[in-house]
Amino acid sequence: MDQAQILAPPAAERPKASKGFIRKHLREYGILFALIVIMAFFQIATGGILLRPVNLTNLVLQNSYIVIMAIGMLLVIVSGHIDLSVGSVLGFIGALAAVMIVHWNMHYVLVAILCLGMGALIGAVQGFWVAYYKIPSFIVTLAGMLVFKGLTLWLLAGQSIGPFPQDFRLIASGFVPDIFGMEGFNLLSLVAGLTVSAVLLGFAVHNRRRQAKSGLVDEPLAFFIGKYALIIFALIGGSYLLATFRGLPNVLIIMALLIAIYSFIANRTTIGRRIYAVGGNEKAAKLSGIRSERLVFLTFANMGMLAALAGLVFAARLNTATPKAGLAFELDVIAAVFIGGASMSGGVGTIIGAVVGAFIMGVMNNGMSILGVGIDWQQVIKGLVLLAAVVFDIYNKNKG
Amino acid sequence: MDNILEMRGITKEFPGVKALDNVNMTVRRGEIRALVGENGAGKSTLMKVLSGVYPHGSYDGEIIYEGRPMAFRTIADSEREGIIIIHQELALVPGLSIAENIFLGNEIARRGIIDWRETHQRTAALLEKVGLRENPETRVDELGLGKQQLVEIAKALSKEVKLLILDEPTSSLNEKDSDALLELLHDFRAQGISAILISHKLNEVSKVADSITVLRDGATVSHKDCAGGSYSEADIIRDMVGRSLSNRYPPRHPKIGETVMEVRNWTVRHPTHSERLAVDNVSFHVRRGEVLGIAGLMGAGRTELAMSLFGGSYGTVVGGEVLLHGKPVDVSSIPKAIKAGLAYVTEDRKGCGLVLGDTIRRNVPLANLEAIAVNTVIDSSREAGVAVDYRGMLNIKCASIEQETVNLSGGNQQKVVLAKWLFSDPEILILDEPTRGIDVGAKFEIYVIIDKLAAQGKSVIVISSEMPELLGITDRLYVMNEGRFVGEMPTPEATQEKIMSMIINSGE
Repeated sequence: MDQAQILAPPAAERPKASKGFIRKHLREYGILFALIVIMAFFQIATGGILLRPVNLTNLVLQNSYIVIMAIGMLLVIVSGHIDLSVGSVLGFIGALAAVMIVHWNMHYVLVAILCLGMGALIGAVQGFWVAYYKIPSFIVTLAGMLVFKGLTLWLLAGQSIGPFPQDFRLIASGFVPDIFGMEGFNLLSLVAGLTVSAVLLGFAVHNRRRQAKSGLVDEPLAFFIGKYALIIFALIGGSYLLATFRGLPNVLIIMALLIAIYSFIANRTTIGRRIYAVGGNEKAAKLSGIRSERLVFLTFANMGMLAALAGLVFAARLNTATPKAGLAFELDVIAAVFIGGASMSGGVGTIIGAVVGAFIMGVMNNGMSILGVGIDWQQVIKGLVLLAAVVFDIYNKNKG
Repeated sequence: MDNILEMRGITKEFPGVKALDNVNMTVRRGEIRALVGENGAGKSTLMKVLSGVYPHGSYDGEIIYEGRPMAFRTIADSEREGIIIIHQELALVPGLSIAENIFLGNEIARRGIIDWRETHQRTAALLEKVGLRENPETRVDELGLGKQQLVEIAKALSKEVKLLILDEPTSSLNEKDSDALLELLHDFRAQGISAILISHKLNEVSKVADSITVLRDGATVSHKDCAGGSYSEADIIRDMVGRSLSNRYPPRHPKIGETVMEVRNWTVRHPTHSERLAVDNVSFHVRRGEVLGIAGLMGAGRTELAMSLFGGSYGTVVGGEVLLHGKPVDVSSIPKAIKAGLAYVTEDRKGCGLVLGDTIRRNVPLANLEAIAVNTVIDSSREAGVAVDYRGMLNIKCASIEQETVNLSGGNQQKVVLAKWLFSDPEILILDEPTRGIDVGAKFEIYVIIDKLAAQGKSVIVISSEMPELLGITDRLYVMNEGRFVGEMPTPEATQEKIMSMIINSGE
């Protein structure tokens, strides 16, 4: 069969379909478009520094912990709640890891496992109050934020603890070794970029073909091609740039895996579907036999675990645990999720959206720092971008 | 005697429905006028027109009050003229004191500073007028419902009321409180305050009212004095329900089998007022292929019965058991109830039935996600297939299954909720007000679906406040009132008059 024929919706429906489609998906394309515009702006304004291989690597490293937490936060917010404690938990786990590794000389793998468990436990305890006792999550996690900020100070006795052993630091600052061993160019990175692109494209075409079979294609072909051309261009371009520096950061692999796994959970599994239903209409979900309490509990436990992972990455990156670690990170994470199109009332939002939201924040941080914009104005601008994104959302919703 | 109020030719339309059609009503000065009619007859709409909830201009017709034409735009406008409405759901703020509630929005204050002494003195005087012996500083949520009702009335008196409208004031009161309240209306009449009393309880209407207006399907049917029993209850009931039924329901040819579910001595406590029984010792059974109706007025406890059976989703079940095919089953949680073969289609499809922001495709399989998933991974083409199938089967009118359910009409939303529960493949379906707020055409389609389900051997329990509907589609009926089953009959032997009098007699 002719490829174009499979991909295209019936000709008669085309103009109407694409118009309706744009309106329905304005937000998704809008945010991708916003990221591109912001990147282009800073690329020009910084005279090309933004996309230099070394800066691109930095951008990934600097944002990794926000991205990791945004993935967990997306699920929490979709379920209709919020977690304000993630910054403090990140700091606390970093401190805990430092005490165990530096003071007690424990092996870092064991420490990492214990810390992830501890994070999950912290999330579970908070989730317990939220889910089973119906204490508003805002209150529970506000309490958690204070508690773990305090415990961090106590653990560290107000001091910084470091440095970490070299092996531990590799999670945040290491790079995947190049198996090809080419001089000055990390071929593995480019190969990985190409492979991921090919796999993504394969999935996309497969899905579209299946949709076409059941007559459910509503994304116009031009959009489909345009979107994937852009994604593949970004993937290959990005991996090429990274290849000319030091290759793939370890933490990028972690992030990519998390994004893939959690997108799959959110989109394709019954548990993901149920979380969206609980956030969309808890009463209806409950009456449909969904155990909403358990799901809310799990999203919080999961958030705690991801905050712990982010804590390890952050501590490893700084090579020290400081009492100030994680300060106000929850705000960046929550902002990323809302910029990414999630709804405050729950039931709406995507993992990819949250990740793109995190990168929008990250690119702005990075770009403004390069330009020498002070921390004062950085905050002002980030705040306005958050407001603009949500205003756009609500306006769009009311109109549609 | 002159008239305090004349409403002439009131017509109010909502999209697709004529809620009021050329209604006339006059109230004489110093009389108690009862307004009766079935649920949906237009009583509340008429009172909302009168009190300015529906502003002047959104309806046709005119309101002459105290001899002058009125054009109320808000409730505040009508209150200024002395027309005060007390709604069925009390509008008190639970956390505030009696005094604070009475003067809420109308505080006795100088330059924004409240004069508490004067407030409390005036409150005490008002409370005495309504016969409520409570400290003005008592919090409202510490009072029982009867006393809260009196606080509402005291609040009305604080605004120099001339025409007091009471919407089902005694529906949640016990007999003693009801009598005290009705007695109070007589006192007010002596002081020259007119009243409009909306009530389902015809015995109390006959007792207290001077005259009665009957509404049916948005039109005035009759208008009579009732002093000394000159307008008998039987006549009132006939006027309330007397409409012809023809071809609004598909014909039933029931094939009824063995008993599928039996409920014995089911008793449920109210979730917040634990001294009240929402369902009181109810026993019933339903058979294979049967369409069973539960009749009753709003607040009779039918939804409470259904939801408590469906996984204890209402109140606290304190007694009774459920048997399926003669064996006791555990329905103590919703997943267990679903697994046992029950489905409950809610009366509140927007609030409890649909995830409105989600598409039809995502709503339909929600109660049975396992059936479209392999090892918890959802098979999206099977999911789409299911949605497409039900769209066809139930004739859901939509642009595509990717349409968000919030954008569907009421009838189509109801079909999506039905589809969700049909996909969970239940043996017993409980449909709570399945046709509320949907148009006549869609109603008929829902009736046909119910008929088909019964023909497939399912047991269908229909809860409805529309008696003609129950008479049209069911095989057997139970009548429920105040938490109890007060009657049972095969539908062919039932009439609306019979049901109504069962309800009314049970209250005595």
